[in-house]
Amino acid sequence: MAQFTLPKNSKYTEGKTWPKPVGANNLQEFRIYRWNPDDGANPRIDTYYIDRDDCGPMVLDALLWIKNNVDATLTFRRSCREGICGSCAMNIMGKNTLACTLGIEDCASDSIKIYPLPHMPVLKDLVPDLTSFFAQHASIEPWLQTETAAPETEWRQTPEERSKLDGLYECILCACCTTSCPSYWWNGDRFLGPAALLQAYRWLIDSRDEATGERLDNLHDPFRLYRCHTIMNCANTCPKGLNPAKAIAEVKKMMIARAV
Amino acid sequence: MAEAKTAPRPLSPHLQIYRWSWTMAMSIFHRITGGALYVGIALLAVWLVALASGPDAFEAVQDFFGSPLGLLILFVYSWILIHHMLGGIRHLVWDFGYGMEATQRINMARFTLIGSVTLTIVLWAAAFLLG
Repeated sequence: MAQFTLPKNSKYTEGKTWPKPVGANNLQEFRIYRWNPDDGANPRIDTYYIDRDDCGPMVLDALLWIKNNVDATLTFRRSCREGICGSCAMNIMGKNTLACTLGIEDCASDSIKIYPLPHMPVLKDLVPDLTSFFAQHASIEPWLQTETAAPETEWRQTPEERSKLDGLYECILCACCTTSCPSYWWNGDRFLGPAALLQAYRWLIDSRDEATGERLDNLHDPFRLYRCHTIMNCANTCPKGLNPAKAIAEVKKMMIARAV
Repeated sequence: MAEAKTAPRPLSPHLQIYRWSWTMAMSIFHRITGGALYVGIALLAVWLVALASGPDAFEAVQDFFGSPLGLLILFVYSWILIHHMLGGIRHLVWDFGYGMEATQRINMARFTLIGSVTLTIVLWAAAFLLG
């Protein structure tokens, strides 16, 4: 049975309010989830202020500004700062997205609230443990599988066959979709979640792949695939504008098509 | 890898902080209305049992369903039934892979609520005007 409330050790409390930058006349408030594995205390929400005139336009810029100028202990993942690595996925203003592609301006809030990706074990501050997420991705065997002898050159595909991968190959595995899914929140140990299932469909629909039957067998399970109840949070939240819900619907259709 | 000696990891907030969307709200509402229909079907059962038990019992049940409270219960029940039906159709359409694009899915979720309220009012208006 799903637990809708947070466990006792996960309930968060009001934290510290950090000093406003001196001499700034364009302030923006941030309320950020903090948890330190070393102090034994519950998570807390700290309040920070940044100087907009001294800071870049994106939420990631603001986080870096805080880390550089206010509180060096604030912990988060980031790398490419241009929406292709997927490291800085987090919950900003109640929606999962990449901090590097969301403008501070677009949050349109006096107080921007930032939490780690939802319903995940927290390693520190905004860093969730994605071990199980990546293990689930590995479980769908995301590589080309063939029985035919490998051709002398590359595996050929028509432009039409190739175009079926559009809207699928762009996934950067940031985990925004999977951690936005209530089904995944309640059954994340057995339901593969939208990201892994979109990847599964990416290989099912690939004209070069010859393991379609085995792939479908692997998904034919009340939990792995069928815990998707088309809640659509995945599609609503994907920072790359992909549609995992639709990919999952296509997988379900393939299941029916091979059964009749 | 050796397990570091740290406090047990907290679970990050989920329902507490996630911003509601139409599709999310209508999904959980579909569950709730589905659950309510389990109870609601008892209304029909009570009526049928009364019908089989004889004129006195039937009269009593008819009186109750005709009372303001009874009518209110029936009104809410019919709304829940219609809402669940429209939600079912919406999910069926989605299962065929249609109507899943950004504006379509939000509009379909909205329509479930708007449609159920409208149909319920039309149904009762018709019942009173024609009845």
